This record gives sequence, C-alpha cells and structure tokens, in this order.
Amino acid sequence: MANMGKRNMPRMQDAKERINNFDEVCLGFDDATMVEEANRCLGCANAPCKAGCPVGINIPEFIACLKVGDKDGASKVIEKSNKLPAVCGRVCPQERQCEKRCVRNKAGGAVAIGQLERCVGEYNLTRPDSSPAHPKADAKKVAVIGSGPAGLSCAADCVSAGCAVTIFEAFHKAGGVLTYGIPQFRLPKEIVDKEIERLINAGCEIKLNAVVGKSITFEELKSDYDAIFISSGAGLPQFLNVEGENLNGVMSANEFLTRVNLMKAYLKESDTPIYCGKNVVVVGAGNVAMDAARTARRLGAEVTIVYRRSREEIPARAEEVDHAEEEGIRFNLLSNPVSMHGDEDGMVESIRCIRMSLGEPDASGRRRPVAIQGSEYDLPTDQVIIALGTSPNPLIRHTFTKLKFTPKGTIEADENMFTGEEGVYAGGDAVTGAATVISAMGAGRVAAASILKYLAEKK
Amino acid sequence: MNKVIKTEITAPAVIKMTLEAKDIATHCNPGQFVIVRVDKCGERVPFTICDYDEKAGEITLLIQVVGDTTRKIAELKEGDYVEDLVGPLGNPTELDEYDRVLLVGGGIGCAVIYPQAKKRMREGRACDIIIGAKTKELLFAKDEFAKFSRNFYITTDDGSEGEKGFVTTKLEALINAGERIDCVFVVGPMIMMKNVCDITAKYNIPTVVSMNCLMLDGTGMCGCCRLTVDGQTKYACVDGPEFDGHKIDFAEAMNRLGFYKKREAECRMLKR
Repeated sequence: MANMGKRNMPRMQDAKERINNFDEVCLGFDDATMVEEANRCLGCANAPCKAGCPVGINIPEFIACLKVGDKDGASKVIEKSNKLPAVCGRVCPQERQCEKRCVRNKAGGAVAIGQLERCVGEYNLTRPDSSPAHPKADAKKVAVIGSGPAGLSCAADCVSAGCAVTIFEAFHKAGGVLTYGIPQFRLPKEIVDKEIERLINAGCEIKLNAVVGKSITFEELKSDYDAIFISSGAGLPQFLNVEGENLNGVMSANEFLTRVNLMKAYLKESDTPIYCGKNVVVVGAGNVAMDAARTARRLGAEVTIVYRRSREEIPARAEEVDHAEEEGIRFNLLSNPVSMHGDEDGMVESIRCIRMSLGEPDASGRRRPVAIQGSEYDLPTDQVIIALGTSPNPLIRHTFTKLKFTPKGTIEADENMFTGEEGVYAGGDAVTGAATVISAMGAGRVAAASILKYLAEKK
Repeated sequence: MNKVIKTEITAPAVIKMTLEAKDIATHCNPGQFVIVRVDKCGERVPFTICDYDEKAGEITLLIQVVGDTTRKIAELKEGDYVEDLVGPLGNPTELDEYDRVLLVGGGIGCAVIYPQAKKRMREGRACDIIIGAKTKELLFAKDEFAKFSRNFYITTDDGSEGEKGFVTTKLEALINAGERIDCVFVVGPMIMMKNVCDITAKYNIPTVVSMNCLMLDGTGMCGCCRLTVDGQTKYACVDGPEFDGHKIDFAEAMNRLGFYKKREAECRMLKR
C-alpha cells in the first residue's frame, strides 16, 4: 500500500545562514525519508513521469528499488539512461518534466523524483571506481569538443562502447557550464570533479586549454579521428543594447559567475579580482539570473531582479526562485531596463526601467510584455549583471566552415545529431541555443548512439 | 603545464620569456595572443605572442610587471612551469592588402608589431617602423626592428635615444614630408593609439589598432573585453583584437581598462 501522505521536503540550509556561505543549500533526503518518499510512488503502469524525462529514465523502476532501500538496484536502472544523476537530481527543472506529469500532483504533491534521483547520485559517488581502463589499440577514435553536459554524456557512452575518446576543453578545467556557470551552493564542484574523474578512469582522455579552431584545426581533428561530436555550448553573452551598457560595473552573468565559480575569486588564495556592488541589479529571470543574484547576495549585496514579464512566466526552476526569495532578493517584475547612467568616473550609478503590462500571447505562447508609456523609474545601483542568454559565438562559425548554420547562428543537426558532414555530429546548446543541462545530456547520448552506429557501419 | 625555456630582462620590469608550446607555435600567426595562468590560484591574463618558432615548438612573450600576477610570472626561472597556457586566440593581423605599411609601437606594444615586422621583411615587403618609449632603456628590440624595417625611427620622451618626443610627432613629420603611407598599424598604450588615430584620421590614412582589453576566458564567453566599434559592441577576443582605429570609442575603452585597477582594494575585498 502506497504512502498517501504529503510530499516530503528535503533538508535545507537556513536562509539566514546560507547567505553567508557558498555551501550547498539543499541537503537532500536522509535514508528514512528517501524510503518514505519512494513509497509515495504509485508505480503507474503507463508511467507518465517517464514520458516527461528528456532522457527517458525508467522512473517507476528505480523508485521501486528505493522503496526497499536498494540504491544499488536504483543506480543500475538510472545508469541505463543517465550517467550523471548526482548532477541532474540537483539541476533539472523537474517541476516541468517528470514531476509535472506525476499523478500524485492531485494527492499530496508530485513524488519528489529529483530528490530521489539525487539520493542515487550520492550513492554512486561513494562507490569505489572501477580500476582504470584503457581502450584497445585498434579502438575507433572519437573527438568530443567541449566538456559540458552534452560532451561528457556523449564521451561516457562512447567510452563504454570501447572507443578511444578525447575531449577537447578550452578552459583550464573540465565541466563546461557545470564548472564555470552553476554555483557551488547549487551544485558542489566536488561532484562535478568526481564525475569527470570517473570518466577519466574509464579511459577517456581530456585535453585542457585546447581550443578547436585555434590550437588544433577542425581539419586536423577530422584526419586524426574517426568521428567528431561538437558540444561547444552556447556563445557570446547577450546584452540589452541600451545606452550606458558598457559603463564600468555592468557585466554579463557569465563574467560574474566565471570569476566566482571557475576562478574562485571569492576565496582568499585566488588572484582573480571580483567586483561586487552593494546594490546589485540583475536583469533577467532564468536560472543564470538566479545564480548571479544569489551569488551577489552571498558576496554581501542587496539584490534586485528586473524582469519584463510576470512571476508566472519566470523561466528559472521554481526551487531557485523560491530560494532567491527566501534569501531576500527583491523582484521588480513587469519592468524592463531602458538605459543605464554613470557618474563622472564612468561607473554605473542608476538603471532606468519602464513598467510593462502583458498583452496578447506571442510566438512563444507567453503574453507579450508591452511598455506602459511614461512609467519610467530609476533604480540606484552600483552593479548591473545582465543575464539574458547568449547569441552564437563567431568562433564556431569560423571554425566549422563546412557545416550548415541556422539563421540564429546555431549548428544545424538532424534528430540523430548528424550535421550532414560525414562523421561529424553536434548537440547541446551549440545546436539548440541556451537550454538545460538535461536536454544537452540527452543530445549527447543520442549523438553517441549515432556515432557508434556510424562507426560500426564504417568498418 | 608549459615549461619556461628562457627568460631575459629586456628593460626595467620588462621580461622576455620563451615557453614550450608546440600546439600554439605551430598554429599561430602575427597578432594573436595567449592566456596565461601562472599557478593554481592564478588569474587568466592575456599576452600577445611576440615571436614564435614553429620548429622548436616555442613561443615568446613580452611581460611588463604591472601587478601581482605579472610579477609572479616574471619571477619564473628557466625550467619552471606555468600552470596553463591557451592559444593562439584572437584573429591574426591582416595588412596584406597594403603595400606601404607604417608600424608604430609604443612601449610593450612593440611586442605586437614585432612578429608583423618580421613577417613582412621575410616576404620582401618590409615596413617603415617607428618605436617609442619614455627613455632609452625601455626601447624594445631596436636592433631587430632596424633589420626588419625599410626605414626605422626611434623616439624617446626624454631624448635619450633617437628623436626627442612622441611617436605622434614623428608620424606627423613623416606625413608632412610626403612619405607614402598606405596604412598605419599602431600598438601601445590606449592613449597613444588614440592620439595616432586622431592624426591619421585627419589625413585619411587607414589605421589598425590592437586592443589590449581586460579579458577572462578569451574565447567569447564572458564579454569582459567588449568595446564599442562604429557604435556597435564588439568583443576584442573573438572579433579582434585588431580593429579600425578610427571607429573605436577610446574614452570608453580606457575607462573599462582601468576598472579593476582603480578599485583594487574593493575587488580584492575578500582576500585581505
């Protein structure tokens, strides 16, 4: 008989405490709560949750294992579809995917699938690594460009199938957005490091400081490798193109977060400088905006998020928005920046916004924000962080000249992640534009399957 | 990890450093840069590739000590290693369409015109070259520049070598003397590049500058190096580092360059 009680909440670090540290906010379930929550799952035969998962994890099956505390069994089920459960359990927008479709939404709240997945992920990390593997001398060679979620998951599947995989990473540390983008308090870097270590132990090679198109050309890659997967991520940070945007104190969320997450600028021993104002305005309301706002909060700032639509349209994960509010971050909704103004020193001192109302739905199905004439107001600020997504990186276009690009500037690839150029596949944000970790991982796995099929046929 | 092959003090607080970097040396062209991270706690700092040896797999950088990080790099000895070295980044210098090119280098900016001077000399299209510095000791590679050039001029602010004055004085004198100049490629402190651009704009001489903006990733990801060119936002790392000097908003670029330096105390607030 299933537990018909309410959804269990994971342990959390108190908001008053956590704004003073970078430690993880959500502390997950203990084992007893895990079992209790697992027993809330009705094990629906048609498994609507599974259809909501971008990588199709057999959710009722892994939860069935957890009902009796069998993390090992659950791990084997998840592993068939997802190599990084410790990451996805933390960063997936479950409320829009698996949990959205859970029948328990009508009875005590959706099963906390993300939290349960996280429990399995934690268990995986404590398992001893298998002894280091080396691909056979005659193994097919696969090059993966970029070590973010798409690249890592593609590499993991290709390595499992016996390929000799080399990942090329432009930064000095692997992990892509998991390393430079998502903050420590949401995804501890130790977890990312551990997952990467496991991949290396499984026989995958990672070349750091390697910029494809610069330190190695695409042509060289093509002649040295049997197949290539391009997972170079999204590109240049987008700005608003309004007056005053290049004032000092105005920066992209990518810059702010990279200084903090990758360069560890908030630690005493780091040489990287970080500027954090006292009165920070973050423009945008996606996950990156929440990350930037909450990071600034932890560096001691009062933070206001400016977003042109209403609460309902906020694209960030619900949990991140709740956490941001708990941490005292203000939301100026239905507001759009029109200009920024600086002092005689060229330092930003205010941002002018205009109030918006919601009109008819636009192409995205969301109601279009319309400016209310004459409603401008000024917010005093000493730092503006822009988190509006990215536009394509020209480096990609210049490097992969033979590939086809969409009008948006992303790489064109079919449903099998094939680019049309023999042996060359692409996926993740480089193809879709900025999206989620899990969709990038899904693309990486589809690409791996296509690559393995191609290599088998090529023989 | 990349090994330091050779270091040489070329002027007070200026070090010429040769590093093992096979992939970079075999793929780079004049005008491109690298990013160095000296140790595990180091920040990422861009340096132009001053010289490179494809066969030996080595690159040479010119490093001026301006703060803690550059001091740490400059203190490395032969046989030491830098933690990370990435490149070649940015786009190569493109001056091939011009016949008579005048290269103007100020201070450490000479490191950027150096590989171009060498390349053009080898192609049999040697440039005219002006290099300038505050004083004699700060002149970089004058013997080499003399060899690479068609006509070679030196200026020093104090007159300790060459002509007394600024590179701009010499530039204007050459223009007034009727020297044919199809294009000026000028690299140095931003204020010097701006002053040169102001002069060449008067005479309609195409002018290319190399922008030494603050950078973090150097691959178009962070937007730290953005600047306004012809009213549009450009990224020095992926759109540059070289731009039409007549279209750059220098006042803005200079202000952005000084951002962390000016607020050194605040920006390292958590480190003291």
